[in-house]
Amino acid sequence: MNAVSVPNRTRPAARPPERAGAAAARASAWARRLPLLPALVFMIVVTQAPFVVTLGISFMRWNALYPDDIGFAGLTNFVTVLTDPALRSSVWTTVVLTVTVVLVSLVLGLAIALLLDRSFRGRGVVRTMMIAPFLVVPVAAALVWKHALLNPEYGLINGVLTWLWRVFGLGPAPQPDWVSDLPLGSVEAALIWQWTPFMMLILLAGLTSRPMDVIEAATVDGAGQWAIFRYLTLPHLRRYLELGALLGSIYIVQNFDAVFTITSGGLGTANLPYTIYQTFFAAHDYGQASAAGVIVVIATIVIANFALRTVSSLLKEEGR
Amino acid sequence: MTAIIAARPARARRSPRARHGASLLTLLAWAVGLMFFAPAAWMVLTSLHTESAAATNPPSLGAPLTLRGYQEFFGGGQSAWPPLINSATASVLSTVLVLLLAIPAAYALSIKPVRKARDVLFFFLSTKMLPVVAGLLPIYLVAQRLGVLDNINFLVLLYASMNLPIAVWMMRSFLAEVPVEVLEAAAIDGANLFTVMRRVIVPLTSPGIAATALICFIFSWNELLFARVLTGVVAGTAPVFLTGFVTSQGLFLAKVCAAAVAISLPVLAAGFAAQDKLVQGLSLGAVK
Repeated sequence: MNAVSVPNRTRPAARPPERAGAAAARASAWARRLPLLPALVFMIVVTQAPFVVTLGISFMRWNALYPDDIGFAGLTNFVTVLTDPALRSSVWTTVVLTVTVVLVSLVLGLAIALLLDRSFRGRGVVRTMMIAPFLVVPVAAALVWKHALLNPEYGLINGVLTWLWRVFGLGPAPQPDWVSDLPLGSVEAALIWQWTPFMMLILLAGLTSRPMDVIEAATVDGAGQWAIFRYLTLPHLRRYLELGALLGSIYIVQNFDAVFTITSGGLGTANLPYTIYQTFFAAHDYGQASAAGVIVVIATIVIANFALRTVSSLLKEEGR
Repeated sequence: MTAIIAARPARARRSPRARHGASLLTLLAWAVGLMFFAPAAWMVLTSLHTESAAATNPPSLGAPLTLRGYQEFFGGGQSAWPPLINSATASVLSTVLVLLLAIPAAYALSIKPVRKARDVLFFFLSTKMLPVVAGLLPIYLVAQRLGVLDNINFLVLLYASMNLPIAVWMMRSFLAEVPVEVLEAAAIDGANLFTVMRRVIVPLTSPGIAATALICFIFSWNELLFARVLTGVVAGTAPVFLTGFVTSQGLFLAKVCAAAVAISLPVLAAGFAAQDKLVQGLSLGAVK
């Protein structure tokens, strides 16, 4: 399953292949490998073996509700899954959800990082306040958004609307039912709230590591502020932006908590993880769920291949 | 956007206009910070209100404070202590297991690298990209056959596998900072692998180990999907307990917020205490 090909840039083996010491060399190679083995074996057993099983089940006719009717199904499950409109729409939802959350968090995170990258009174306090959303347990955050913020009757957002309208004497305030009217938007809002701090932290670290002497030289040479941002700051931040987008995507593609809590997958917000979860545990169709899983894995390998190249280019610059 | 960059180098000779711009930006920074903090602050404030004061529109900011929500959360019909203890067990044990596996592995991938160390590193990372949900069914079936459904130890193993790639990557970047001279000196003194680990690597990288442990703890503590599928009444963790509030109706807002605060508290405390390590950890050691 780890067909993710990686640009092969292994460092040259340190040991010269001597004839006389062949046995010793082999022993030393094993001595090197020994500390790695427990982690590697553990990882293969716990993460790769299940995927092999998934692959097997995906070709089987197996619904837990009909335990007597288990058998080979060929490609039936794949056909069902690929022609299932619910699954296709969940693929689209996953893409929209991930791209929206990652992009908005990145842009907001960049703006806030720029705001915090100057010394001002209470900078530490503002930074600490900004980190708080990321440290709220995701299910808890989703629950708070659903019940305490977005609830149409007593949620904070509609409460503030009422209060504002009252203060300005504008008559009855609009009281939208956020989760029903904007289901995907509600999930996205909660996720953006949690992920913007993450992007901000990474980009702030990037800003701090800017070579200030170059920027000062550019200022002396009369470069405008926009030019400095566009031609010095932004190129320097590129790898940090890539890293933030990559890590954010890995986690948000797999998001289950917010979708499950805020909308329970209703109103067109069911993303892939939620849909597969439903196929297992509501429809009990193991064969179909596995086929969906296999398709997701194949799609992920394609995307991960691209993503890993990004990380690889980041690593190249680091080196040891 | 533009004035931000100028603020630093130009400080020495600031014109009144620039000073005006700077204080506006300070104001903006505070406003944005407060906006992001508001939902969290509201969660805490609501958790300290009575149910009737929590459900008003417009919000009653100045309502009298009470600990009723917390009393109900910890002592109500269904106590929150067992799930909290389960969460703590799963998070702490899986973190210990991850460190025991990750530190030697990082050593073999960084200090005395095996051949194809890079490929192994990327193998670890690629497992992180495979969707958890695709492996859920076989894991469920295995747990069912082995009779370990609703067993916290099974969750410990799964959380360890979930965090091991992150830990290997992080520890690798911390080990890369250990001075080569120190390791050479240890080798000359004839120290074996175990001694080098215990006497040299662990003491020198203890801040890094702490950061790794923190990240692993947070991810395990937050995990919902596996816990929801694989545990039940006995081994249910705190996030699973929270899902009990997803569809509740009626006056329960203060209790929900109290639950959210109580369950987030360990993560908030750990995260605030180690703010600087957080970035490094989350970026797998790529950002220092």
